[in-house]
Amino acid sequence: MENLAQEAIQNVNLQAIMPSLVLCCFGLVLLLVSVFSQRGKTTHVAWLSIIALVVTGFVSLSGWNNPQAGFAGSVVIDNFATFFSMICLIAAALTILMSDDYLKREGYPVGEYYPLILFTTAGAMWMASGTDLMTIFLGLEVLSVSLYVLAGFFRDQTKSNEAGLKYFFLGAFSTGFMLYGVALLYGVTGTTKLDGIAEFVRSTEGVSSDLMFISGGLLLLTGFLFKVAAAPFHMWTPDVYQGAPTPVTAFMSAGAKAAAFAAFMRVTFVALEDIQDDLTALFWVLAVLTMTIGNFIALNQQDIKRMLAYSSISHAGYALVGLVAWSDIGFSGILFYMLVYTFMNMGAFAVLVLVGKQGEENLTVDGLSGMGYKKPFLGIALCIFLFSLMGLPPTAGFTGKFYIFAAAVDSGYIWLAVIGVLNSAVSLYYYLRVMVHMYFKDPQEDFSWVSINPATAISIIVSIAGVLWLGILPGPVMELAKLAGF
Amino acid sequence: MADYLLSIMTFFPLLGMLFILFIPRDNDGLLKGFTLVVTLITFAISLPLAFDNAFATSGGMHYREFYEWIKIGSFFQMNYSIGVDGISLWLVMLTTFIMPIAVLSTWKSVEKHTKGFMALLLLLETGMLGAFVSLDLFLFYIFWELMLIPMYFLIGIWGGKNRIYAAVKFFIYTAVGSLLMLVAIMFVYYYAIQSGMSPANGFGILEFYKLDIPYHAQYWLFLAFGFSFAIKVPMFPLHTWLPDAHTEAPTAGSVILAAVLLKMGTYGYIRFAMPLFPDALPTFIPLLATLSVIGIIYGSLVAMMQEDVKKLVAYSSVAHLGFVMLGIFAMNLQGLAGGMIQMVNHGISTGALFLIVGFIYERRHTRLISEFGGLAHKMPIFATIFLIITFSSIGLPGTNGFVGEFLALMGAFEAGLRWYAVVATTGVIFAAVYMLWMYQRVMFGKITNPANENLKDLSSREIAIMLPLLVFVFWIGVYPNTFFDKMNPALEQFIKQMESRQVAMVEVQQPEIATLIEFK
Repeated sequence: MENLAQEAIQNVNLQAIMPSLVLCCFGLVLLLVSVFSQRGKTTHVAWLSIIALVVTGFVSLSGWNNPQAGFAGSVVIDNFATFFSMICLIAAALTILMSDDYLKREGYPVGEYYPLILFTTAGAMWMASGTDLMTIFLGLEVLSVSLYVLAGFFRDQTKSNEAGLKYFFLGAFSTGFMLYGVALLYGVTGTTKLDGIAEFVRSTEGVSSDLMFISGGLLLLTGFLFKVAAAPFHMWTPDVYQGAPTPVTAFMSAGAKAAAFAAFMRVTFVALEDIQDDLTALFWVLAVLTMTIGNFIALNQQDIKRMLAYSSISHAGYALVGLVAWSDIGFSGILFYMLVYTFMNMGAFAVLVLVGKQGEENLTVDGLSGMGYKKPFLGIALCIFLFSLMGLPPTAGFTGKFYIFAAAVDSGYIWLAVIGVLNSAVSLYYYLRVMVHMYFKDPQEDFSWVSINPATAISIIVSIAGVLWLGILPGPVMELAKLAGF
Repeated sequence: MADYLLSIMTFFPLLGMLFILFIPRDNDGLLKGFTLVVTLITFAISLPLAFDNAFATSGGMHYREFYEWIKIGSFFQMNYSIGVDGISLWLVMLTTFIMPIAVLSTWKSVEKHTKGFMALLLLLETGMLGAFVSLDLFLFYIFWELMLIPMYFLIGIWGGKNRIYAAVKFFIYTAVGSLLMLVAIMFVYYYAIQSGMSPANGFGILEFYKLDIPYHAQYWLFLAFGFSFAIKVPMFPLHTWLPDAHTEAPTAGSVILAAVLLKMGTYGYIRFAMPLFPDALPTFIPLLATLSVIGIIYGSLVAMMQEDVKKLVAYSSVAHLGFVMLGIFAMNLQGLAGGMIQMVNHGISTGALFLIVGFIYERRHTRLISEFGGLAHKMPIFATIFLIITFSSIGLPGTNGFVGEFLALMGAFEAGLRWYAVVATTGVIFAAVYMLWMYQRVMFGKITNPANENLKDLSSREIAIMLPLLVFVFWIGVYPNTFFDKMNPALEQFIKQMESRQVAMVEVQQPEIATLIEFK
């Protein structure tokens, strides 16, 4: 016992947790700052948190090509973790940019909001760098608990409360399942370390038919599939996405999803590598199910946030195609796609932040009628994001999908790629429907418009730049995604 | 200049579009004038291509440009690889030629959101030119999809009553086809890499032509490419989006759709589907030729019964493109040359017909044949021009339509498609029936509808729009060799290339007949 403790202390390497440590410290300081600031004046907290994210970004970048392991190998900062950390930081920064004005408009100008975003980001980064099921679980919990609070942040609104509570209950169940899975895996393998599990699987005959191992693995995967909103664990998504404050929804759909994918990928590729054949068969079914369910239900949605929720489910399905391919290309394809998805989805939500009236009564497809003429900038921006979500060139959505489907074709899953592109074809309809209303229908008379504020405009412009840059010159970033492989 | 000619030509409209964004939106005249100037300069940039004798001496690619574009380690390489040969030359010229005409047609007809309209037109031109000059499948795909977005908005915003339905239908039909093609493109790429091709080639088609893909794979790949192009052509029974899109689109949109976008499908067959998958081609020729013939007959019969002039012209497009396809599938020089020249002809005559429909629609705000009658009394110049274009569309000797249809049918007859050609020939008769019958009901007789009493004849702007088209109607009709001379070397090379793949080719051309046709 004493030896273990000593070993653990010797293995402490603060470098390995530096980024999330910095972010958490900033978060704590900002909590204090917001306590001492006047109610309603939160703009400086927002800008301070942007600074926090930028600083963390630089700290995090020091881990590129300079892997640091710490805490007896239960945490590591490698290229993979850095890449995902950057995605989460970008998502968080865009979220904060679009939040300030929105919170004031909705009547919740509370400073605590920003530290919560920082904590949830820290959790996300933690998840991406965890190499032990326990650290991954810790990251997941930090991420989730902050998100539960954020989803129900508008405490006087029924919808927001419903979203928070639903997310909390279902999320608690899913983490329960996951923890149970970890326990079972520990029972079989005697370790929670990912490489330890991999070693055990490699050296033990017939482990893939061991009932306890299978149940443990499946329960563990359930937790991840819940977080990435893959079918059949997607039921919470529409309600939570619709009810939560729009910037929080944006973060959930991009940052939280990316973090969950990071942990998911690390567990499958490192710990479960030797049962690849069984897993790809499983993922094949899940990918098809997720894409199809997401796209077909989205066809009939009137509420745009709900529609984007189902679209986000289908995009999780596209990313799963990369997992099925189980190759270098598929792998870096997912990393690239998560970055692309962050830009295009955050951008779309940023536009919705400006379009929604107070109380967000009017975020229906009909409500956008004629918007393209009344707000040309927002109209063109939303068009770019929607074309990207459809996967049309020359946007990033196209290059992202191209890599993932190309990976599937390369690994021989041609039919999966065909199902994938047919799904994209289905998705055209509901994305086009938004544009039909924006440009082809006459404006509604009684539409009061929120004026565009600089911070949200910045987040939209950054997203457009990201979408076009990754669409036209994806080479350098794709190269980075490739280096981020295992 | 010559080294970068194609790039400058392709991206000049895009540059113009960026400038348009800075023109105030209520300055209608400036917006239209500026767009006209941009399209005219683009045409001027492309003119050296038409006068370049290199096309007459060598059938290969000219004006090549090649740059690495996206390079991702050992995974992928996509290149910016463009070039033009005798096959794409006249389609490029047709595009740059028809654009100023399309812009001129908007002078009176586009009144709302002019800025958006002009920006989209220029974006569309870049997409079309890019698709014709791409020699890299990935690049081609990007331009191919890029054409979709502007056309969708052109139909949806400036279209007629049923525009939303037409726009969404157009978009989804075309996109579904191209998505399947995307998977096929990926497959070809990986096949090339696995069979030892250097990744530096990227998605370059000139190297892909040399691939030896097994037959069963070619079968599926041809199906995927062919399906996508067949939607675009459009071939029966995938044509249903076309009448809707044509009828609802604004005049300029219809003109471009007919003149250029439909050619993307036929061009796709001759540039991609057929030479990439030559072994699978013979399997599909009976099916494709049958569908072409059905398209000719069916399009003509349906056109005959239309009450709306624009719908009539739209269905006649289905028939005309049937001739193009039949000529191409004949796979001999007459057939191919006929098909190619018929693509240009259709662009000119059907484009002109849509302009004519636009003229009377601007005057009467209706397109129903029953609303008209006796217009010839009031509009003599219009009547003359309309008649010439009608003859060109029917294929009367001396006009361009005759050369194209005759050669295409002749080629099919010479090749193994004899009976297809025989049946298709009846389509020429049907064309005379529906076009002349329509012309008679609209132009001749007494004026029965008082609304037609005070119609004005064509303005000088409208005559100026039609004149260049009329010039080409007769030029191609009387002396097509100007065009054949630059097309034939490329087509001969195409045939040689297909033969070298041991495709079951039927008898090649007989020189004396070819001489007869070419008016030598």
